[in-house]
Parts: sequence; structure tokens; C-alpha cells
Amino acid sequence: MIEVENLTKVFGSIWALRGVSFKIEKGESVGFLGPNGSGKTTTLRILTCFLPPTSGRVTVDGHDVIQDSMEVRRRIGYFPEKVPLYPWMKVLTFLNFVAEVKGVGRTERKRKLFETMESCGLAGVAHRTIGNLSKGYRQRVGLAQVLINDPPILVLDEPTVGLDPEQISEIRKLIKNLSKERTIFLSSHILPEVSMLCNRIIIIHQGKIIAEDTQENLAARLQTASRLLIKIEGPREEVRKRLEMIPGVSKVEEKERVAEKIFVYLLGVRKDVDVAREISSVVFNNRWSLLEMRQLEMSLEEIFLNLITQEN
Amino acid sequence: MNFFPVFKKELQSYLSSSIAYVIMTIFLTLSGFFFYTDVLNFNIRNMGGGITLTEGVWLYFFQDIRFIFLLIIPLLTMRLFAEEVKLGTIELLLTYPIKNIEILTGKFLASLSLLLLILILTLSYPLSLATIWEVDPWSLLAGYLGLFLLGTSFIACGIFISSLTENQIVAAVATLGVLILFWFLTWNEAIAEPSLMEILLRLSLFDRTYNFFRGVIDTKDVIFFMLFILFFLFLTLQSLNSRRWRGVR
Repeated sequence: MIEVENLTKVFGSIWALRGVSFKIEKGESVGFLGPNGSGKTTTLRILTCFLPPTSGRVTVDGHDVIQDSMEVRRRIGYFPEKVPLYPWMKVLTFLNFVAEVKGVGRTERKRKLFETMESCGLAGVAHRTIGNLSKGYRQRVGLAQVLINDPPILVLDEPTVGLDPEQISEIRKLIKNLSKERTIFLSSHILPEVSMLCNRIIIIHQGKIIAEDTQENLAARLQTASRLLIKIEGPREEVRKRLEMIPGVSKVEEKERVAEKIFVYLLGVRKDVDVAREISSVVFNNRWSLLEMRQLEMSLEEIFLNLITQEN
Repeated sequence: MNFFPVFKKELQSYLSSSIAYVIMTIFLTLSGFFFYTDVLNFNIRNMGGGITLTEGVWLYFFQDIRFIFLLIIPLLTMRLFAEEVKLGTIELLLTYPIKNIEILTGKFLASLSLLLLILILTLSYPLSLATIWEVDPWSLLAGYLGLFLLGTSFIACGIFISSLTENQIVAAVATLGVLILFWFLTWNEAIAEPSLMEILLRLSLFDRTYNFFRGVIDTKDVIFFMLFILFFLFLTLQSLNSRRWRGVR
């Protein structure tokens, strides 16, 4: 459905993309993951015909983004990162405008408008001015303008950024529903979001693709180690020594002193060994107290670091 | 050509913001005042009779209106593209299945409609005069055609400049500057050589309207305005297309 071959993009002296290639099959939901400034938005903008590539070839459903731009645009619904909307327009007027521009026929327009507003939860604000809507509603209007002509491919640039948790879960649910019958290419810098919505992940860093795999494979590849945060009441030196002796613990780091004799330690542990049980028995045997123990998720930055060091 | 949705959107935008109403109010107030003084003037000068309405009222009235155009048309066109870029909505427009020329046509026709509306409103002046005086409709029509072509030229120029910036104020001021330049090209009569003057005279928007206002439609003048308008619309289209090859971030 989407084929990107050796794509580069140069802005002045800045190389935003340095030879990006990937393929997305029909019906796939693919997550595009990368830190800010890694080239996600640039890639999406080239894909949606907003920017031309410096070199390389991008085709959507067999149509070239340069030569056959109109055909590409007809097939793609694009949700830009900043959700640009006309603040002075009413929701319904705006969606009607988009439907007209996208060539939704007069007879089905009314039904389409109704359906889209219903599915995006906009029915209640149809006659409100967009500029007065909350961020969550604006995001929904942004999604509605994508869906109004029922495009087979959705390109979504950070669709949940800046929303509160409840809104995020609503938008995710909506996207999850959409992914059943469409090809979705979704960019994000939040790993859990991508893993929830997509069955394949492409990771981009500094304009290059550094990993491309299914969610499970990536996780297995990356998360061989994790970190534990524990708070223990007990003599510092002693605790530290005993923790280091536990098999599977690679390093012990003192994080902070909470009170007399109470310290927070950060442990690097292997994933395949049950360290928690061992820790609690050590604490129990020494008559210390275990006040807190939790596993720290790997942040995106660490995953990138991991990937980059793996590469080299 | 699928320009209608954009056309409709632009009209809605004009009418939903206060700017269209402010512009119309200013225009009607000033033009009403000019009309009133021009008629008073005519009355005094026409004591002995013999001066036609075209020479005595319309010529002055239309010339006055040009100044109001200079004031209001940059305000009318400044937002057309600058606002889209500022809001980021240009990213929507340029990724929807609609051609650049359709976007431009929609926007151009929308501002043109507003100009027409303003001109139609001023018809109340000759109509009121017609109740006490005999008004020659044909010379009046020639004058209105001149105004319309002049206004359209201003709009074409303004749209082009609006497509170059994301700042509406910059767009308005720059348009005003360019129009004034085109207008007063021939002011340096004393210094310019005759051959240069010849060329400048042909380019000056100011001088091109004179025939119309006297009630004479000269094809050369009409063609001049048409070329002026097409030239700037062409430039605008190139500016829009260049967003693609320049790869603006």
C-alpha cells in the first residue's frame, strides 16, 4: 500500500531524512516511533504530498507522490501534528467544507457528516465554533476531517499529544476501531501507545530507520534487562553489600536518602531471573523492612540508546 | 474546477469576522462623504450650466474612490494566504485532493465578490441623484467598469503578496507599498526622459483609470488591467507551487 524507497530530505544544510526505506501492506497498522526531531513528521509530510522529497521514491497504492499527487491525496486521510483548524468556523460548517473539498457527493454528504460526527463524538458540538472547543474536541474534529471521505489509508501524526488521560484513551479506542478495516500509519513518541494500537513498529532516529519489527520481537530484543526501584530500611553499607550478592542483580545504585536508615536503591536486574523473591527474603532474614519495590519501565530514550549501542 | 468549496469558505470567513463589516462601513462612510462634497462642488461650478454630470461629478467621485480602495483592499486580501500559513491550515489544504489553481480561484473570486458587493452598495448614490437629475447610464457604467478593474488589480496584487508571508500586517503594508508605487510611477514627470515616461505612463494604474472615469472604454486599458491581474495571479500560483519544490518546513 505504501512504499518508501531510499527517501532523503534536506532542509538547507540539515539532513532531516537520510535514506529511509520501508513498506506497509494493506490492512496493517504500523507505528512510527522516534524522539522529537527524528524525522517522523517530515516523512509523513512527504507521504501526504505536503513536502517533496529531496531524493528517493514514495508510492501510495502504486501512485507516485509527485507525479500522481491527486490520486495519492484521495486515498490518504491525514491528521497533522498540530491539528490546524479554522478557529472561526463551526464544527459542522468545517466538516461540510472538508467533505466538499474531498469530493463527497451531495447525496451522501449529509449521511456521511452525521455518521462521522457520531463516531467521533462530535454530535453535541456540531454548532459550536471550533475556536471555543477544548483541546480534546479539537483533536476529534481533526480526526473527523480525516475520516469524512472514508479514506483507505490513515496517516496520523501524534494523534494523542496534549490530551488528558481520559481523552487519550477515548481517541485510542477510536483509532483501534478504525484499524479494523484500514491501513494505518501512526507516528508517536510514546511506546505504550504504539504497542497498543499497532502490530508493527518502525523506529526512526536522526533521519534513519534503526529498527523495524513486530511489537513482541522488539520488546524481546530490547527488554532483556530492566530496573527495580526499592526502598529499604536498614544499615546502608550492609544492605548494599547483600543486594549485590543476589544473583541476577548487575548493579546497585544508591538513589536518595529518605530518612535515617531509609534509602532508595536503583537495581539493574536481568529479566529472566526472579530477583524480587530473593530480595524480599534477604530483607526478611536480616530483619530490615522493605518499604517499596517497583519495576521501572524502560523509557523511550533508553530504548533508543539500547538500539543505537546495538547498532554500533 | 472544484473551486466552489474554497470560495464558500472564504466568503464565510469574511462575513463571520468583523473585518468585512468594518471595511464596508469605512468605505460607505468615506464614499458617501466624497459623493456629497462632489455634488456640492458641482452645484457651485455648474451655476452657468453646461457641465455634464460625468465631467462634473462622476470623474471626481470615482477618482476619490480610488483612494479608499488603496486603503481597504490590502486589508481585504492580507489574510487570504497569510492566515492559512499562520494557522497551519495550509497543510490541510495542500494535502486535500484539490489543485492549487482551484484554491487560488476560490480565494480570488471570494474577495472579488466582496468588491462587487461594495460597488453595488455605492449604486445608491447615482440612483438617488437620478431622482432629481438626468443620469447617463453608459458613462456611469464605464466608470464603474474602471473601478472594478482597478479594484480587481489591487486584489490580484494583494493575494500574491499574501502568499509570500505568514504575517497579515506585513502582507497589508507591503501590498499598500507596491500599489502606491504602481500608482505614482508617473509623478517624476520633470526628471524622467520622455521615452521612459512613455513606458511608465503605460504601467501606471493611476493614469489607466482616467479614460474610464470620463465615460470612455478603451480596449487598450481593459487589456492592460487584464494583463496586470493575470500576471499577479500567475505569480501567486507560482508562489503556491514553489512551496512544493522549495520544500519549506
